[in-house]
Amino acid sequence: MTSPLEQKKIKIAGPSVVTANRTWDGIVVYRTAAKSWSADLSEAAIVRNSDEAKTLLAESVADDVGAIGPYIAPVQVGADGKIEPGNLREQIRRTGVTIGQPVQV
Amino acid sequence: MYAYDEIDRTLVNERVSEFRDQVKRRLSGELTEDEFKILRLQNGVYLQLHAYMFRVAIPYGTLASNQLRALAHVARKYDRGYGHFTTRQNIQFNWIKLAELPDALADLAEVGIHAMQTSGNNMRNVTSDQWAGVAPGEIEDPRIWSELIRQHTTLHPEFSFLPRKFKIAITASDHDRAAIKIHDIGLRLIKNEKGETGFEVLVGGGLGRTPFIGKTIKHFVHGRDILSYIEAILRVYNQYGRRDNIYKARIKILVHELGIEKFSREVEEEWQHIRNSSLQIDDEVVEDIRSRFAYPSYEKLPHMPDELRQAAADSDFEAWRKNSVAPHKVQGYSIVTISLKPIGAPPGDATAEQMDALADLADRYSFGEIRVGHEQNLALPHVAKRDLPALWKALDKLGLATPNVNLITDIIACPGLDYCSLANARSIPIAQELTRRFANHELANLIGRLHINISGCINACGHHHVGHIGILGVEKNGEEVYQITIGGRADESAALGNLIGPGVKFDEVADVVEDIVEAYLALRERPEELFMDTVKRLGVEPFKERVYATR
Repeated sequence: MTSPLEQKKIKIAGPSVVTANRTWDGIVVYRTAAKSWSADLSEAAIVRNSDEAKTLLAESVADDVGAIGPYIAPVQVGADGKIEPGNLREQIRRTGVTIGQPVQV
Repeated sequence: MYAYDEIDRTLVNERVSEFRDQVKRRLSGELTEDEFKILRLQNGVYLQLHAYMFRVAIPYGTLASNQLRALAHVARKYDRGYGHFTTRQNIQFNWIKLAELPDALADLAEVGIHAMQTSGNNMRNVTSDQWAGVAPGEIEDPRIWSELIRQHTTLHPEFSFLPRKFKIAITASDHDRAAIKIHDIGLRLIKNEKGETGFEVLVGGGLGRTPFIGKTIKHFVHGRDILSYIEAILRVYNQYGRRDNIYKARIKILVHELGIEKFSREVEEEWQHIRNSSLQIDDEVVEDIRSRFAYPSYEKLPHMPDELRQAAADSDFEAWRKNSVAPHKVQGYSIVTISLKPIGAPPGDATAEQMDALADLADRYSFGEIRVGHEQNLALPHVAKRDLPALWKALDKLGLATPNVNLITDIIACPGLDYCSLANARSIPIAQELTRRFANHELANLIGRLHINISGCINACGHHHVGHIGILGVEKNGEEVYQITIGGRADESAALGNLIGPGVKFDEVADVVEDIVEAYLALRERPEELFMDTVKRLGVEPFKERVYATR
């Protein structure tokens, strides 16, 4: 995972979100426009240029009690505004493992 | 089984209280994640893709039945009902909540289990042969020495902030089941000409980004000197190991850059300062540890009981017996390996129900003892041969009697991109597909011994470098791509595999492995010639030709 510090140098190539893991239980969360965290990707704040991304990331890093390990992740935004993960890693983080788990949840 | 003394119990309990306080301070915001991270890592708590991951140590791979039940309890109460046995005699839980971790640790502490030093830049769980103490021909039980090293290095201040993690493995048999040559320090227990116990010491083995096979640094270190010698190695490493570059921080890089001769001179010089110090081990210390290992009171039993003779008529039982049952040092008993590699399942996973049931079977058939091997399988180390048919039936009901130990479907695989935050590609689905392709037991038997190892990134937790067939997942242009090596091995003749050619896509991996296996079956001179023998005789080329002829 790229650290937030390194990511400050990264220029984003398309729509992106800030994602992290919630501190108390570790679940995947996304930074929202309301300066909060949500487990629902559809509620994530979308950034479209480096300055926006840096600002959202800085705000997320500052909320250290809410979530840990924030980083910028690519997403795809459909014509209808639906947000989908931008790569396999983020797809797995959103929908869970691609294999059957030994015990069904 | 080793019985903890009061010092151990106090240490484990104090550690739980300390971590409970640290978690409380973290959740209140008193500690930042930067401050807390090193503390959680020292207690085996990682952050993975979906959640925290909790790694629990199983020192030298020995578990009592009540400890296995405690692991089942943690899986059920705090996780999602299963655990994953790793390649270093640990178990990992993938869905733990930080807020509940202190309670989970407290529950484990009640049976003497902990997670100290299962991550972080310190001395990790000391691993050993899962057949320790029961293997025929073993020089002596390596767990006594593993325990000695565990006691000395646990929370040792000088080893708590090493340049990088540090792993020790010990074997005492000719056949190395502990993979000592791919450890930072590998110890092979031997006797000198006077019959005294000591060790051949290897150093600088390891996989990951820059793999090396360990080199012998000293052919014989007397048992009484082993702590001082290990300490000398660690001091040299602590002084010269690189802290500026995580990728060059392991001792293998230092040994490689200095050369084994110069490195050993440095160690020798350091050792002379400390070998006659309090680190010299009295016989009484060793005997005290030995006395705390309880060995079963074996019965005098026949070599071939009637129960076994009668069960031999059942071909399914015989297939399992031939595959999973190994000779024991005591007549009338066997070592039973329990495959955690059912066809189509993630390698190394066990459900809470399976763990509970296995604990019951261990009580009934194996003096309450279970072992964990680096191949991600379990073992019952003391099974009377007369009980084998009944045990097999019970294991079969649990889905734990797949007769594939050491065969092509006995795959070692890391969690990969399905769980791991470091991974670039998935490992488990590849393993699952391969087990389906080679599910036919006759085919797997025809192929014979063949180890496949799969890693989802260059960190090599699936030990792909030393797989007879190694599969490494990488990411290329946003896609999972897999590099295939052949010819690696992790035993006493440890070797790194050779790349056969360009990487292949996710969907092609199983086809490629099938091509390699078909090539082997066509090329071997006789059925007894194992895959590794054919690779040794012919090299990579014929396999490469076969794989890439149509790709």
